[in-house]
Amino acid sequence: MSKAGSMEIKSAENTDFEVRSLDVMCVNESQLQHPWWYNFKYSVAGIFFGILLVKAEIISWYRIQEMFRLQSFHMYGVIGSAVAVGMLSIWLIKKFKIKTIYGEPIEFHSKKFSKGNVYGSLLFGFGWALTGACPGPLYAQIGSGFIVVVVTLLSAIAGTWIYGYFRERLPH
Amino acid sequence: MNYLIEKLSQPWPWYVAGPLIGLTIPFLLLIGNKAFGISASMRHICAACLPAKIPFFQYDWKKEVWNLFFVGGVFAGGIIAAIVLASPDPIQIDDQLRAELYGYGVTNISSLMPTELFNVNSLLTVRGFFLMIVGGFLVGFGTRYGGGCTSGHAIMGISSLQIPSIIATCCFMAGGFIMANFILPFILTL
Repeated sequence: MSKAGSMEIKSAENTDFEVRSLDVMCVNESQLQHPWWYNFKYSVAGIFFGILLVKAEIISWYRIQEMFRLQSFHMYGVIGSAVAVGMLSIWLIKKFKIKTIYGEPIEFHSKKFSKGNVYGSLLFGFGWALTGACPGPLYAQIGSGFIVVVVTLLSAIAGTWIYGYFRERLPH
Repeated sequence: MNYLIEKLSQPWPWYVAGPLIGLTIPFLLLIGNKAFGISASMRHICAACLPAKIPFFQYDWKKEVWNLFFVGGVFAGGIIAAIVLASPDPIQIDDQLRAELYGYGVTNISSLMPTELFNVNSLLTVRGFFLMIVGGFLVGFGTRYGGGCTSGHAIMGISSLQIPSIIATCCFMAGGFIMANFILPFILTL
């Protein structure tokens, strides 16, 4: 690795923890080194997830409107039962100290509260009701043939970038 | 096989889809110790394509590349669902919502998205600009500012009993209620 490259990674490490502590995700747990194509197992998971989002009509703008107007139980059922199953799974993983398929212990990280959880999430809620899509469904909407949603996704990426740019000046 | 595809082509009920989404959490944990979350993918895209010396994007995005493989899969899953498992019937929606949308000139309610609102030509209208461009911007800005989206906060976060995630979920549900009931009806008349 070049000197410049290692410098870059070093500076990245310095900001990483502070930067990542604001995120729920974006924590790389595994210390194992795998060939890059091992990542295709996540694509397989993504494919099932994408089919699910489309076939359960979670990507539908109408279903999101019905949810926020209390006109249908569907989305509440989806999210509620997903949380119930997720909670039970995590409880079982913790209780029986279940390991990954590579034998690594599974770790959970606590989240620190920030004011962004309130302000940012309110803004995301506005966006969700407008577009009828949270980030996952954006990708699935494009895949299922609503090509114009590419514009929405690009705008969302721009929003992420603008957040990064103004981050220090926003209340957290 | 045909019978199976026919069955799977019908809209899936919540009690099938919800538990399967819940199982995504242990699945990702077991195959590689990964915490379920999708909105971070957009941050990785920024970090990979246009970091522009912004500290928030100075990290080794290649370590997070699994997330981009995952969303690539979600995109591919959308294609498969639309081609192989396309629903034979038009979408069923609530009568009240249908009546209200008729009032805004949205009459073609058959596919999963209102194509009269979301199309290339309407991008240049005020209504389309708000729905797609402003809406998309708020999704990207809001999820990163809020530290996650429905998958990371509502599903992964609440499942692992994180208080900030419970607060965030309440806030984005509140934001959605305000937008859908009080602001969106006005935007749809534009």
